[in-house]
Amino acid sequence: MTSILIAFAVVTAVGLIAGVLLALAAHFLHVPENEKITKVRECLPGINCGACGYNGCDEYAKAVAEEGAKTNLCVPGADSIAADIANVMGVEAQDVVEMVAFVGCNGNPEATSKLNDYNGVHTCVAASMIYGGPNDCKYGCLGCGDCAVDCPVSAICLKDGIAHVNPDICVGCGLCVKRCPKNIIKLIPQVAKVAVMCNNKEKGGAARKKCQNACIGCKKCELNCPSGAIKVENNLAVIDYDKCTNCGICADVCPTKCIHKIG
Amino acid sequence: MDTFKSLIVILLSSVFVNNYVLTRFLGICPFLGVSKKLNSATGMGIAVTFVMVLATAVTWPIQNYILGEEYSYLQTIVFILVIASLVQFIEMALKKFIPSLHKALGVYLPLITTNCAVLGVTLNNLTETSITTGANFTYIESLVNSLGVGLGFLLAMVLFSGMRQKIQESEIPESFKGLPATLIAASFISLAFFGFGGIVENIFK
Repeated sequence: MTSILIAFAVVTAVGLIAGVLLALAAHFLHVPENEKITKVRECLPGINCGACGYNGCDEYAKAVAEEGAKTNLCVPGADSIAADIANVMGVEAQDVVEMVAFVGCNGNPEATSKLNDYNGVHTCVAASMIYGGPNDCKYGCLGCGDCAVDCPVSAICLKDGIAHVNPDICVGCGLCVKRCPKNIIKLIPQVAKVAVMCNNKEKGGAARKKCQNACIGCKKCELNCPSGAIKVENNLAVIDYDKCTNCGICADVCPTKCIHKIG
Repeated sequence: MDTFKSLIVILLSSVFVNNYVLTRFLGICPFLGVSKKLNSATGMGIAVTFVMVLATAVTWPIQNYILGEEYSYLQTIVFILVIASLVQFIEMALKKFIPSLHKALGVYLPLITTNCAVLGVTLNNLTETSITTGANFTYIESLVNSLGVGLGFLLAMVLFSGMRQKIQESEIPESFKGLPATLIAASFISLAFFGFGGIVENIFK
């Protein structure tokens, strides 16, 4: 009987000593945490997309609270969250430029053709490694859907062998932009009404032979744009959204309709 | 000189011959869980080594001066209690005094509070006997043994993280992808380490 009492006493004593020591340690070794980190973290959406440029929402919250990072970097959160964070930090709220991903290719099966059949691993990265992919146009969408797999909000679907982004669902995190081996997905402002749906940098004739919907670099859009927002670089029209007024003239004059009206 | 020699033998045999992960199969959970990247594997290995030595420094006196022969059946529960609170204490102290080390060890420190390899080494230190003297480990020998076990764990983690990165890049049959391939790779490393058996005892003869 005494032996179990002693055993009981020993374990209790060890537990008590450890507990008291830990309590003392917690008191004397306490490191004050920055309260703002938790508050900023609570404002953020928590999908850890990394669009702000930090590794997840926790790190961004820390950067905002301690290193004075900008309060308007959370693209998925948009203006309301930027305002919340600015409120917590006590600084003036700045608007977020909302972006959406846009797939710059319209090479559907009616417009273009395949050079060969690809039967390998069904990912764009693998397909693009073999002579730049099975498509005739080496700049176009491969349609294996790597971007759709990466999309945290499932905004990308595959239609006619091309990826399509649903701008209503897209949060503009840019994960698909980083993933696409052909670099055809771009982030454009949500308010944009026109976009170039081609990425082919070959000369007009060569591009046209490979795809009916290709940009042939005719410069009609460049000449007709009233605000000088379109430039043809490397045989491909590029829209500068800082100057674009969404008038839509470029889409009307484009002979191959590679400039699309969206939204 | 003799004591120094016996310490070297203990250190080498605990790193290579009695490697806790690869020949005694303790601490498999962090071995498989945290060995995907070299950085985290090294961090985990260092944290485990650190905790093992400190845990032994505390538990050896507890067994020999408090519990003794009669109450040795309390070893498991008392040791877990001591190790868990020790790790908590170390974490707080590191956060206060060496924040850089605290950041480097990161989440691995609290993860190893109830790691079976840490408990295993503290328990085995009390029953194992020194090859040179034939007696139970002294305090110093126990500490050296814990250090060796920790280094052995670090070695196994680093080796295995290299192997896993190789596996990730190679093409393996669908049914072997993931954990099966990892386990088979672990068994190969384990086989390799069985080759060390008997080497250390004969080096100093």
